[in-house]
Amino acid sequence: MSDIIKIEGLHFHYTSPDGSSTDEVLKGIDLTVKQGEFVAVLGHNGSGKSTLAKHINAILLPTEGKVTVDGIDTADESRIFELRQTAGMVFQNPDNQIVSSVVEEDVAFALENLGVPYEEMRERVDDALKTVGMYDLRLHSPSQLSGGQKQRVAIAGVLAMCPKCLILDESTAMLDPQGRKEVLATVRHMNREQGMTVILITHYMDEAAGCDRVVVMDGGSIIMDGTPEKVFSQVERLKEAGLDVPQVTELAYELRKAGYDISPEIINGEECADALAELLSS
Amino acid sequence: MLKDITIGQYFPGNSIIHRLDPRFKLVITLLFIIMLFSGGNAVCLGIGAVYTAAVLLLSGIPLKMYWKSVKPLLPFLIITACLNLMFVRSGEVLWEWKALKITDAGLNISLFMIIRIVLLIMGSSVLTYTTSPITLTDAIERLLSPLKKLKFPVHELAMMMSIALRFIPTLIEETDKIMSAQKARGAEIDSGSFGQRAKNLAAILVPLFVSAFRRADELATAMECRCYHGGKGRTRLRQMKAAPRDYIALFITIIFLAAVIAAGRMF
Repeated sequence: MSDIIKIEGLHFHYTSPDGSSTDEVLKGIDLTVKQGEFVAVLGHNGSGKSTLAKHINAILLPTEGKVTVDGIDTADESRIFELRQTAGMVFQNPDNQIVSSVVEEDVAFALENLGVPYEEMRERVDDALKTVGMYDLRLHSPSQLSGGQKQRVAIAGVLAMCPKCLILDESTAMLDPQGRKEVLATVRHMNREQGMTVILITHYMDEAAGCDRVVVMDGGSIIMDGTPEKVFSQVERLKEAGLDVPQVTELAYELRKAGYDISPEIINGEECADALAELLSS
Repeated sequence: MLKDITIGQYFPGNSIIHRLDPRFKLVITLLFIIMLFSGGNAVCLGIGAVYTAAVLLLSGIPLKMYWKSVKPLLPFLIITACLNLMFVRSGEVLWEWKALKITDAGLNISLFMIIRIVLLIMGSSVLTYTTSPITLTDAIERLLSPLKKLKFPVHELAMMMSIALRFIPTLIEETDKIMSAQKARGAEIDSGSFGQRAKNLAAILVPLFVSAFRRADELATAMECRCYHGGKGRTRLRQMKAAPRDYIALFITIIFLAAVIAAGRMF
């Protein structure tokens, strides 16, 4: 499969108003994401994960290095709308990204901006609403919806642009467990059924456990990159980066430390139950 | 407690008035106001009253609601009417006591003014009662769009207006939260003297403004991510198409207006 996102030697630091540069937020990031991959980016507060996400659709531009999305250089201002249609971004607070007082009009917002003709717009809005399961509530006001529903509307608003890549910048952080489940199920569905590339920025370990690949950031650099099993088995390194591992992985880790023969690559409840059953029967 | 506030007072429904094109409704309301003020005699006002009554009944909204829209303004109306009554000196004197003089012209002017204003408020309430604020904003944008040629920022104003409407419930919810948080810290918001309460309001307004600015910043980024670049080349999901009934409604209103003007000349 082809690479959709290519980040090469990305450095970034904010410049203060007096011209002197402040601390580097990103210190040399190299990352390639393939079309159709489901990547989780983990890191504690201040690790630079959100800053990295903002580089993918040109909200921030690299101080040094280069970011290309589907062949478009993010620094190329003439293709910025094309870029933002390719890589759609969903933010943390659903209340602060919904523009209109009617659900379907909010979903249409991007298409209105792009000047899509009415018939096509209607079709794409309805499709996007059906994908996230909000079609029945399309005439409601966003203020009548729950957090998870609002976030699904925000996702539909991005989906209507038909992006190839969806970036969720801590989009589940403000939701209750039910809302998180709804949003994650929607995103997974799009990844599996439509081959959408998903970049999920999060600090919930269990969310990352369901991804194809986990990238761990600390202090503005990528410190780990691999399958969830490979990454989570390195419990000590994760703890150094200020992160927790999923509870089942931690359990397996503690059992191994205590001398039991159990695989370190356990990331979900079922695997853990199987491994424990095996351990008990032997 | 703040949740009870309804801004714009829109009553969803499916009456013929609800279904009219909002652009036509705006123009018709404008013509209605002209109608009320273009004739100076009883016949003119009578025609205006008939028109208002018909529209009120057609809107399918309880008449009580229209009375509610007038009620808060009654004291002002009565005071102005009394002033008119006392200070209009022309015409035949009906009643006199020391310096006070009430003339038939004064009585006429006061009565007409009360009736006119009451009709005006009720009639224009129909517009806000039957049209959601967001549709109304949209209609204003479309009606004023010729002004774009004069560099008047029509789209920008309409966008600001619709974002403001969108954020009213969000900010009300936030105010509620801040009030609870400040009360939990011992701020007296519901009790104390008026001055004390006004002072304590700062404890609510400051955090509210800070959060509103943060929201505005995030919203701007989210809008940019969805390719917002002003009103240029925008298309709309909400279509406004004039139906025969809109032209008929406009036509009827124009006839009433003409009748009022004619009655003003004749009597």
